[in-house]
Amino acid sequence: MARTRIIFSGSGGQGVITASIILAEAAALHEGQNAVQAQSYGPEARGGATRADVILSDEEIRFPKVTQPNILICLTQEAYNKFSWIIRPGGLLLTDSHFVIQERKVDARQVEMGMYKAVMQEIGRPIVFNICMLGTLIGLTRLVRPESIMEVLEERVPGDFLDMNRQALELGLSVASSSA
Amino acid sequence: MSNKTLFLQGNAVCVEAALYAGLDFFAGYPITPSTEIAELLSLKLPRKGGKFIQMEDEIASMCAIIGASLTGLKSMTATSGPGFSLKQEAIGYAVMTEIPCVIVNVQRGGPSTGLPTSPSQGDVMQARWGTHGDHSIITLTASNHQDVFAMTVEAFNLAETYRTPVILLFDEVIGHMREKLQMPDPEDIPLVERLWTSVKEGTDFHPYLPREDGRLPMSDFGGIHRYNVTGLIHDMWGFPSNKPDVAHGLMHHLVDKIENRVHEITRYKEFFLDDAECILISYGSAARSALHVVESRRARGEALGLLELQTLWPFPAEVVRKRCAHAKYLLVVELNMGQILQEVKKAVMDPEKVFLSNKIDGTFITPTDIRNVLRLIQGKGV
Repeated sequence: MARTRIIFSGSGGQGVITASIILAEAAALHEGQNAVQAQSYGPEARGGATRADVILSDEEIRFPKVTQPNILICLTQEAYNKFSWIIRPGGLLLTDSHFVIQERKVDARQVEMGMYKAVMQEIGRPIVFNICMLGTLIGLTRLVRPESIMEVLEERVPGDFLDMNRQALELGLSVASSSA
Repeated sequence: MSNKTLFLQGNAVCVEAALYAGLDFFAGYPITPSTEIAELLSLKLPRKGGKFIQMEDEIASMCAIIGASLTGLKSMTATSGPGFSLKQEAIGYAVMTEIPCVIVNVQRGGPSTGLPTSPSQGDVMQARWGTHGDHSIITLTASNHQDVFAMTVEAFNLAETYRTPVILLFDEVIGHMREKLQMPDPEDIPLVERLWTSVKEGTDFHPYLPREDGRLPMSDFGGIHRYNVTGLIHDMWGFPSNKPDVAHGLMHHLVDKIENRVHEITRYKEFFLDDAECILISYGSAARSALHVVESRRARGEALGLLELQTLWPFPAEVVRKRCAHAKYLLVVELNMGQILQEVKKAVMDPEKVFLSNKIDGTFITPTDIRNVLRLIQGKGV
């Protein structure tokens, strides 16, 4: 049974929830997988801690939340401190070096990437940081094909911003491959 | 079923289904976790020629959909706990005046403003008895998006068939989570349209004189017939009456039209019930965790089953009694202090075999929560 449980965590405004929706939608609509996306958030619109859960599976998904992720993405120190201990042994913990110092030893592959730095250097617009992060994530994990992500973006993103998003996705993929 | 697959929040599925069912009019006042329903309908309903109004509050929203329905429009409002409380008086008016309408309550933690962004199923009894006086009402729920669609269409159909408000009791988990929806084609699900009177203009129309089959044909208010509508006990003309036989007849009509047709209104799903020694009874989002437990235990050879209720009111007591008669014990799984638990205990012959697995802290019930209660019942400790 192939089942991947993912938690995206960070702070409101980083695009964490949007990224989780794009990944789940790409898997569900363009790769024939089952996907469930759920989120928990506080009453704040920005600045509050956000978390989004995604489950991808070949089978029906009943329980829609993630208790122990195979893949954990932490985009703030607060999120890292709060969630890093719940990762499944042998899982992948992805953080951004601009926001998080990996100060714990967890039974998982901890990967620290300069995604935010790359976005600011190459594109200069933090708004596509989440798409770069998605690129890095699928570059590392092959959860879905980049083309599937692009298909979702073409549906969701206004035309003028599509190129910037494509650039961010490709940048994320290259960040992932440069670490290999 | 069409090839069109969508990936949506449960609230968005409710919107798609309401439009499919022929929604003409929506009035509401946004409140978490139901807001997406109003937001999406404000965009989509006018595009298909319907009317969307954001009212000044929940009371006005409820009154607006009653008025709109009386003029012949399929009408809906959506809210959550605090707003649902405010709507109760007008829901009673819709019950008494027999005006079809659909009320969506995407439940959150309560009482009062409670836990706005957290899941709960604490409004089950309020859906049944929130408005005052003896009455009956229909309440539906669902645990996945395909069923959210089906039950939303069903709500409109039942509202028209029985001339009653129908409550759709969803919850934060279902409302906000995203999963696939296979969009039905236009003809896939039959729709029940308004039953209009055949009485001609200039001829007396009795708005509350049932046909032989018990149904009450309607005439659009403000149209070709003059008639009265009141929340007071009324006669077949719709005029107030305090005659005991009129009161007795109307009260029986209001209750019997639903309670005598429980088998027609009951919707449920069953999983592995035939040989189940332990049956989980659940509904809404909680049924997802229950089914997770049942499927994983079945894979290990344990005789567990799930009865998933989709009609909560009128309570399907006969289905529960018959389908669970052979089980050694029943475990009700719900996100409240045991509201359906009490109904199950009333329905079965041996209430001492009924147990509760619940969660009331604002988090969603997990399979582990349920398994822990199962271990206690089985005497295995936690």
